[in-house]
Amino acid sequence: MTDQTINSIAAPAKDRKEDLYTATPAQLIWRRFSKHALAVISLWFLVILALCALFADMVAPYAPFEVQRLRTLAPPTGIHLFHEGKFVGPFVYGLSRERDAETARVLYETDPETVLPIRFFHQGDDYNFFGLFQSNIHLFGVDDRRQQINLLGTDDLGRDVFSRLMHGGRVTLSAGLIGVVFAFVLGLTLGSISGYFGGWIDNSIQRLMELIRSVPTIPLWMGLAAALPIAWDPIVVYVLITLILALIGWTHLARVVRGQFLAIRNEDYVMAARLAGATEYRIITKHMLPSMTSYIIAALTLAVPEMILGETALSFLGLGLRPPVVSWGVLLQDAQNLRSISLAPWLLSPGAAVVLTVLAFNFLGDGLRDAADPYGQ
Amino acid sequence: MLAFIGNRALLAIPTLIFISFISFVIIQLPPGDYVTAYAAQLRHAGEYISPLQEEMMRDQFGLNDPMIVQYWRWISDIVLRGDFGYSLEWNAPVSTLIWYRLMLTLAISSASLVLTWAIAIPVGVYSASRQYSFLDHLFTVFGFLGKGIPDFLLALILMWLAFAYLNMDVGGLFSPEYQNAPWSFAKLGNLLSHLWIPLVVLATGGAAGLIRVMRANMLDELGKPYVETAYAQGLSEARVVWTYPVRVALNPFISTVGWALPALFSGDVITAVVLNLPTTGPLLLQALKMQDMYLAGSFILILSVFTVVGTLISDILLAWFDPRIRNA
Repeated sequence: MTDQTINSIAAPAKDRKEDLYTATPAQLIWRRFSKHALAVISLWFLVILALCALFADMVAPYAPFEVQRLRTLAPPTGIHLFHEGKFVGPFVYGLSRERDAETARVLYETDPETVLPIRFFHQGDDYNFFGLFQSNIHLFGVDDRRQQINLLGTDDLGRDVFSRLMHGGRVTLSAGLIGVVFAFVLGLTLGSISGYFGGWIDNSIQRLMELIRSVPTIPLWMGLAAALPIAWDPIVVYVLITLILALIGWTHLARVVRGQFLAIRNEDYVMAARLAGATEYRIITKHMLPSMTSYIIAALTLAVPEMILGETALSFLGLGLRPPVVSWGVLLQDAQNLRSISLAPWLLSPGAAVVLTVLAFNFLGDGLRDAADPYGQ
Repeated sequence: MLAFIGNRALLAIPTLIFISFISFVIIQLPPGDYVTAYAAQLRHAGEYISPLQEEMMRDQFGLNDPMIVQYWRWISDIVLRGDFGYSLEWNAPVSTLIWYRLMLTLAISSASLVLTWAIAIPVGVYSASRQYSFLDHLFTVFGFLGKGIPDFLLALILMWLAFAYLNMDVGGLFSPEYQNAPWSFAKLGNLLSHLWIPLVVLATGGAAGLIRVMRANMLDELGKPYVETAYAQGLSEARVVWTYPVRVALNPFISTVGWALPALFSGDVITAVVLNLPTTGPLLLQALKMQDMYLAGSFILILSVFTVVGTLISDILLAWFDPRIRNA
């Protein structure tokens, strides 16, 4: 009885130390990663962003192609809580459209009489969720059919920019991720072959990588992207664009993988596996690759923003994805000239989304890279 | 050393041949050719040429020959006569179109490179020697922002701010009234008032990354015993920092200076399109869209040659500074 009480008091202090010895690598990595505050915040941001993009139909209050003729280039609607000093919960004011008598320019004015409370899980337009089911539930919306809630304003056809941003996120983020997957497969295969076998194989793969890197990136992207015919199906163009991005991005990953392979090729456990008669394939996949997964994940995370920037830049120039596909780069085409920006600065909001996403991926990648070697310190 | 340079230069030759072929293949990739694009453009303007006429144009331009024949004609003219072919769209020799723009691009880019270094080196040194100070944090934020903002977006925002709040006329290199005017001080002033946006845009993008590199290099060096020794000798901080660790920390800069050369020519493509600069970028974009293959191909080829030469220079510089590489 007494023994037990002493044990239970002494246990916590001992446990913590014991914890460190018995923790799995995953636990150690997570512990180091969670010390990097910016990386954790970025991770949350990206998770939320990915969910928004995945459930874009639901998060967006309107369909991405819904044209409102009487609501072109409307400014963002502000969200208020108090109406005439009284708390009514989140609501927006209605918007009235007029024309300037002299210049015939469209002017919008908030109408302080119409109070439109924001309804959550509001029933709006029908949509088809990836062909799985039909629904009309939106995360938020307003009841009035003639008024809208435009968190980020509307574009020159009266389409809700926020809704388009969510749908564009789906295309841009997935293009980045798929591009990285392509680059990863190429880089991992060639990088591991190069690093493991060395000799003339290593030499020729290195030469190939040098060749690809010696062609300047942006003109090469432009050249390849310009080769895609306009008339092709947007989905095919989308896949090809990600392939083009990956075609150049893989050399970077291959370098990381090759460096890691060179570093651990002569470790004892690899020698042991070889002496035990394991095949080359088994040594590479079972013994060597697992020891560098964390490095590879970090390198992959850092490669995503480049893909996203590449897609955005190409689409912006009109060489990548084209309307009706909605991506952030395509959305930014609307903000290409000075006139539209000075008239409607909110058209630049997809740019802000790109910057935030790229930064978040960079921070996340930095955090992962620091956490990649849990035994480092 | 001479053997090393010779070895490297020899390696560059197959690379160049490969690149020239790739650039030619890339511009041939799109279905259709210049005549198709030209006919489409004419139809757009309400005119019409018959298929027979199209065929005649193809014959005249030699577009019906096999690709390898066209490639050979193109590359042998370049190598033997320095003739880059004929721009079908502009109806002028490629070389007359290209060189002016290349020179302009080079001028803008090298000015921005100097600006980049002028910002990055002092800021990086300051950030490292006053680690975790307020300004260090500020520069860190700036560095990350510069990394995250695409160049063309920065150009757009700066253009908008200059236009909306400073009431400036931006875009292009000259105001319309100076476009064709002879050179004068007024024109020079006009040029400078347009030039700052591309310079700032290009310099911010580059400086953001370099500040981080410089800071990291300096932090590595500042803790070393030789720095302490220098302090112990009674030297002032400025003298210690700028005479010893900075010189070592600059080494990676020197070894990558060769890579700056191709970046100088190609890095500003998108910015130039946004800002409507008469540099290589917009012309290349237009040539690609119109399938003006000799023009586009020559551009990609010239840019690639600069990349290869740049890599060669940086290899040689690296070997110069590091005997381990030279003798390997």
